[in-house]
Amino acid sequence: MIHIIAFYLFAFVTLASAVLVIMARNPVHSVLWLILAFFNAAGLMVLVGAEFIAMLLVIVYVGAVAVLFLFVVMMLDIDFAELRAGFVRNAPLGLLIAVILAIELFVGIVANSAGKAALGTPDGAGVAPAGTINIEAIGALLYGKYLFLFEAAGIILLVAMIGAIVLTHRQRKDVRPQNVADQIARRPDEATINTQPEVGKGVTL
Amino acid sequence: MIGIEHYVVVSSILFVLGVLGIFLNRKNVIIILMAIELILLAVNINLVAFSAFLGDLTGQIFAMFVLTVAAGEAAIGLAILVIFFRSRGTIAVDQVNRMKG
Repeated sequence: MIHIIAFYLFAFVTLASAVLVIMARNPVHSVLWLILAFFNAAGLMVLVGAEFIAMLLVIVYVGAVAVLFLFVVMMLDIDFAELRAGFVRNAPLGLLIAVILAIELFVGIVANSAGKAALGTPDGAGVAPAGTINIEAIGALLYGKYLFLFEAAGIILLVAMIGAIVLTHRQRKDVRPQNVADQIARRPDEATINTQPEVGKGVTL
Repeated sequence: MIGIEHYVVVSSILFVLGVLGIFLNRKNVIIILMAIELILLAVNINLVAFSAFLGDLTGQIFAMFVLTVAAGEAAIGLAILVIFFRSRGTIAVDQVNRMKG
């Protein structure tokens, strides 16, 4: 019973906050609703026993991606009222396409539960060994069968990191930064001179 | 009892909401990126639900890879957004023709 109540609670809050993400006037509020949606989706995943992915969702999305969104939204000085100008004009077409898409998906789900298309049987490679918890089983699979895919995921993250740095890095013309190489390359004989000026003449530099 | 259909219904509604978000906020690229995150979340819920109900962990492994790609995509997307804002002073993307493509 508690399982069913929890499912409906998580599902309802996920969908309601997803609606608010796309309807909110202020993008900062959108980001906060997105965080709520991810928390409740993590709850949905905990309900089916996928704790590792649920915690990963909270850590990666709430801890990293949502904060990145918040940074960008708050850092840029954007007139959001002007950006919402086409909201009402776009609404009929968007709603039409959304309703068509939703009907198609529900027809698919209903047709499947009526005819029970075979889901297929897993080949047994991904079955959790008896007596292991979710994270142990995922670790064994990830560092075993899917090791190369895991490393490819690491390369994707590396490329994304380098790409983001290269894209946002800029050389400013109006500041004079410290040039460490020039400072280190400077030698005493080219930096200082010894002169014997006559009295009252001064030196030319 | 909660079956696989319940999860599929939730994730398809979430997917449709993501698509709707892209159409409604056609100008605001930040909301478009968030709508893409919603779509990927729907995919993740689907993968995890099928993985749990089939008793096969492969779905959860692939949900993790989807998560990785989504994080990379958000980082690159926001970086492009920042340099676009720096050069144009706005983030309205409905008529982006900078590259004359």
